[in-house]
Amino acid sequence: MKRVALAIVCAVIGLALVGLLGYGLVSRSDDTSIEQAVAEGKRPPAPSRELPLLGAKGTRSLADLRGQVVVLNFWASWCDPCKAEAPVLASAQRRLQREGKGTVLGVTYQDATSDSLDFVKKYGIDYPNVRDIGTKLAEQYGTRRLPETFVIDAQGRVADLNRGQISQQRLDRALDTALR
Amino acid sequence: MRLAALLCALAAALAAPAGAVAAAPKASLVDIEDEVMCVTCKIPLNIAESDQADRERALIRGMIAKGLDKPRIKAALVQEYGDGVLALPDSGGFGLSAYAVPFALLAVLAGGLALLLPSWRRRSPAGIADDSAARLSDDDARRLDDDLVQYD
Repeated sequence: MKRVALAIVCAVIGLALVGLLGYGLVSRSDDTSIEQAVAEGKRPPAPSRELPLLGAKGTRSLADLRGQVVVLNFWASWCDPCKAEAPVLASAQRRLQREGKGTVLGVTYQDATSDSLDFVKKYGIDYPNVRDIGTKLAEQYGTRRLPETFVIDAQGRVADLNRGQISQQRLDRALDTALR
Repeated sequence: MRLAALLCALAAALAAPAGAVAAAPKASLVDIEDEVMCVTCKIPLNIAESDQADRERALIRGMIAKGLDKPRIKAALVQEYGDGVLALPDSGGFGLSAYAVPFALLAVLAGGLALLLPSWRRRSPAGIADDSAARLSDDDARRLDDDLVQYD
């Protein structure tokens, strides 16, 4: 009788461990909910988080920029496509500032502050940047590879997104949609 | 002369703690590397070979050069990259299982032993007695009895 009980306990624990492994695999898969919603023509609410400014005191969040169109760009100094798309983002910033409708907001991803600051200086980035320490905001956007760009409308909803290096044409089109 | 010797001894005694502080072991890259992660390659820094790993090593070397000790260097790395830079499982969510599973397995093992040991104990003495009895031939048994009589 005791042997049967022991076998049952072992089986239950074995199943629990297998279940735990399954849960671990599922919970670590990429979050594509924003992507799916945008693909269906919806505008899901953009996750917001108070993050420290890069190279300045204070914090900034998307909530602070409500009422403006925001181009949220995840980047790092070690990411080569981020260097390639820097002029595209600078152009978007010029357009948004000229029209008085919004800003680009850079978010550094697993990058040392000194390296990020060197990058900002080298590429003449003049829009605000925040440090996503621990990649909590990136996780909310399902960001695991760089660069990634999200265009957020004045109501704080994701109007468009681009995973990978963004082209001038693509960003212009996304801004046209968000500014409409 | 005695006064001079006394002053020398006093100076040496006062200098000793300063010397001890100066001799305190400095943090070393090798010591820290295996306790932190390459944040982009997701493997321990001591086995990582990438540009990012080299950048992290340079950052650590810089902190060592500034005289920071190991705990302060690790804290500074967490400030830069978040908790993920430490070579430890997450303290929440699924990461908790890394801490819980070994304890659960130990508990099961202890429970199993507690359940099985008493029955093994009960079975063992009887088995040994039966075996030894079966192995004695009649001659041996008689000789054993004769021997035992001598001790009565």
